[in-house]
Amino acid sequence: MRALTIALLATLAGLTPAVLMEALPARANEKPIALKKAPGLDKVEANCGACHSLDYIQMNSPFPNAALWDAEVTKMIKAYGAPITDADAAAIKDYLTKNYGS
Amino acid sequence: MITRRRLLEGASAAAALAGSGLPPLAEAAGLDLPPALPHGLRAAAVLESLPGKKPLIKLSYRPPNYETPIEHFRTAITPNDAFFVRYHLADIPAADASVLDPKTWKLAAGGEGANTEFTLGIDELKQMPAVEVVAVNQCSGNRRGLFVPHVAGVEWGYGAMGCARWKGARLKDVLDKAGIKKEAIEIVFNGADGPAVDKTPDFIKSIPVWKAMEETTLIAYEMNGAPLPHLNGFPARIIVPGWTGTYWMKHVISIKAVTKPESGFWMNPAYRIPIGKFPMVARFLTQENAANTPITEMVVNSLITSHADGATVNAEAVDLGGIAWDGGYGIQSVEVSTDGGRAWNAATLGQDIGRYAFRTFSFRVPAHARGKLTVMARATNKIGQSQTAELIANPAGYHHNVMHRVTLIVA
Repeated sequence: MRALTIALLATLAGLTPAVLMEALPARANEKPIALKKAPGLDKVEANCGACHSLDYIQMNSPFPNAALWDAEVTKMIKAYGAPITDADAAAIKDYLTKNYGS
Repeated sequence: MITRRRLLEGASAAAALAGSGLPPLAEAAGLDLPPALPHGLRAAAVLESLPGKKPLIKLSYRPPNYETPIEHFRTAITPNDAFFVRYHLADIPAADASVLDPKTWKLAAGGEGANTEFTLGIDELKQMPAVEVVAVNQCSGNRRGLFVPHVAGVEWGYGAMGCARWKGARLKDVLDKAGIKKEAIEIVFNGADGPAVDKTPDFIKSIPVWKAMEETTLIAYEMNGAPLPHLNGFPARIIVPGWTGTYWMKHVISIKAVTKPESGFWMNPAYRIPIGKFPMVARFLTQENAANTPITEMVVNSLITSHADGATVNAEAVDLGGIAWDGGYGIQSVEVSTDGGRAWNAATLGQDIGRYAFRTFSFRVPAHARGKLTVMARATNKIGQSQTAELIANPAGYHHNVMHRVTLIVA
């Protein structure tokens, strides 16, 4: 029920409900992670944030180059089954490389 | 503690990064993280308390990955409320959810490699003969954040480990009750936690039958004389002394004997080390291939815990202390060097509380001239294995046992 509420709120906010429909409510202790505001951040928040908090991105920065960020996003899709569209994946890789890459 | 050196370093680093858009370093939050960790981690990590826990170093909220600050490693036993927390997947049942509530928790035993299948409740588990073992639980990727070049993943510093006195039933006794067929090769564990999306592989692990049948491989329901903390596997978890934490299934609800190798993601390709790079006595042969093999026993290691890197000491003698551990052969010796690794002097070992436990050590550094004093520790175990001076690179960033080095400022 709570996940559904979050999905509805996400829909109102213009996020990707297909992903968030399955997302779990954040843990009570979880605080929002403010990533850098730049093009693609909405895709990162909607897709990556559905399965894990966004501090994973901060802690793995700034050392990954474009190839490593590409490999990480591909791993999330292929190995972890993240339902990310090709267009969103491209936007996410671009955002990560430009804002949290080397 | 925040040292002057670290403050200055943090300030200059912050100034250098002021134009980069990166947030300021976490030193402002009272953390003293190793400079070798990725900048992004040092900027984002904070000290935070999970329910029932002292402040730990938060690496990620969801799934929760929190490491233990070094000062909690000054004793051989790590308190439950300071014990690190590590999850792969974010769907963690609440402690009072029926799947974890001891009144309703059930452990299913069976599998095609067993003669029978049955379920056990917590009371039935506690009626079986109880065994206690003091053992180190260390994440395979402890110190991954110190790898150069960096390896992607959870960027652990030194604290993804702890040592506790575990009490539980022998896994062997449950397996004997199920009747293990001679064709069985592995014992497979699943826990009640799961992924956020259905397509993510559930965290399932296996160990070889020979390791499952050891007297100290347990289904533990107590940790340091108390029920397991929720985020350390309540109400019961698997204890595999000597082996890295990946096999220590939390919230265990299923144990299966199988006649074919477990083939899930978390056994292959995850948690693999290249063949031939590390000394390995305990091998997991049913999972080995030509290129790699599952990580098994911990490599010998030690950590200086009495002083933070960069701490200021006076010119009189300095009493160093720390801990050493290995995969269960036992610690033979710890040596300390004060000259960059040329000369080594034997440290005094503390009480031996078991071959799988942390072993404390102490060493008095004589009075020293003002300036920098770098101290290093090196442990050797009872089969002659010792720590490495140079990092052994491997794709997933496991088995970091480079000799720990702390620089003190003699003032």
